[in-house]
Amino acid sequence: MDLELMINSFPKLLSAAVITLKLLSVSLIIGLLIGLFFAILRLNKNIFINKFAYGYSYVFRGTPLLVQIFIIYFGLGQIEYLRSTVLWVILKEPYWCAIIAFALNTGAYTSEILRSAFQTIKPGLIEAGKSLGISNKIIFYKIQIPIAIRQSLPAYGNEIILMMKGTSLASTVTLMDLTGVAKYIISTTFKPVEVFIVAGGIYLFMTFIIHNVIKYLEKKYSFSQ
Amino acid sequence: MELLAFGDTGWGDELFYATLMTIAVALTAMLIGFFFALIFTPLKLSKNKFLNFIANSYTTIIRGVPELLVIYLFFFGGTGAVMYVASIFGYNEYIEINAFITGAFAIGIISGAYSTEVFRGAIQSIDKGQFEAANVLGLNKFGKFFKIILPQTLRLAIPNLSNVWQITLKDTSLISVTGLVEIMRQSYIAAGSTRDPLFFYSFAAVLYLLLTFVSMKLINRLEVKYSRGY
Repeated sequence: MDLELMINSFPKLLSAAVITLKLLSVSLIIGLLIGLFFAILRLNKNIFINKFAYGYSYVFRGTPLLVQIFIIYFGLGQIEYLRSTVLWVILKEPYWCAIIAFALNTGAYTSEILRSAFQTIKPGLIEAGKSLGISNKIIFYKIQIPIAIRQSLPAYGNEIILMMKGTSLASTVTLMDLTGVAKYIISTTFKPVEVFIVAGGIYLFMTFIIHNVIKYLEKKYSFSQ
Repeated sequence: MELLAFGDTGWGDELFYATLMTIAVALTAMLIGFFFALIFTPLKLSKNKFLNFIANSYTTIIRGVPELLVIYLFFFGGTGAVMYVASIFGYNEYIEINAFITGAFAIGIISGAYSTEVFRGAIQSIDKGQFEAANVLGLNKFGKFFKIILPQTLRLAIPNLSNVWQITLKDTSLISVTGLVEIMRQSYIAAGSTRDPLFFYSFAAVLYLLLTFVSMKLINRLEVKYSRGY
């Protein structure tokens, strides 16, 4: 055990963890919006819209995240037309490519979580809203969405942790996140175990925090059924 | 399409073998995972606090740390660890472990943590009466486990194990960082030499989709088989 290396690498890894958290939070916010959008499409009765939303979640859940990042980072740059548009400002940055891939990926999982949450809402609650003369729009925003959020909290908590682990793939497109820096230190010092303990410890600590925040929210928003 | 031709002019045969490699790694990793689950599930269910602690540490650490980090640990640390063990037995030559074993082992340990949780959940949800009935029938430990508990566990575990299989299959793409030529690595090579990354990575995505699709169909059949009578 090389304690000195562990102590020395700790601040470096900690500052890299900030990048991991940044990647995670930005992609979760965008992913949540995408997920909500596609969950609503899934509930649509039009078969084409429905199939389209299903296809999106099937493709993104059925392929590895690594392939998705590579397609966006290496693949899209190949299209000449894209290079001449404003989009290129975003797509030439590995940071944004990683975020787009993460957001689309987590969006697919989130849409499934939210869809099943919407479908488990008891019809009686919606009927109650209707009989009170509340408009459909307000029923959706004030009754369906809050209940769906509560229902999907445990599954969404898991998704956040999976996504946090997923951000480690950003290191494959040159970003120096927690895993990227850990790999760099390992390959320069050849002390994999020590670095793994420190970096893994930081990841576990983040998992622990996320887990407890979700548990707290679950308690706060729980209701007796 | 000529990019996918078999033979020297295209990448069809290379990608075909790479797909077989992905399947081989995923199956090996899944089996290694079952082996780990076989060890750690009893520890999780045991009443001994210390054994519980060991099993919980295993599943918590593996499920809380990114797969890529675990793979780096094995990739950079595997050779060292094996050489250290060998040196205890007096063997001091350089030992190189091949990428397949390192990769399958790393993914296997990850897959094992998920399988352990699945088996634990399945065994815990079996009705207590089933254990008691087995005792009343006078079955020995062996018969009790294989005739009564295991078939019911499998029925409950298969849907979740199919999720573990999906995760394992997708995780194999990460082994490409160690240089093992599976779908991802082969696409990387092909994309580099043809300067057509969009096509090859999209094709890789299609291959993965095909693998998940076919394996889901096969697993559904198993599910039907094990839920006879329900």
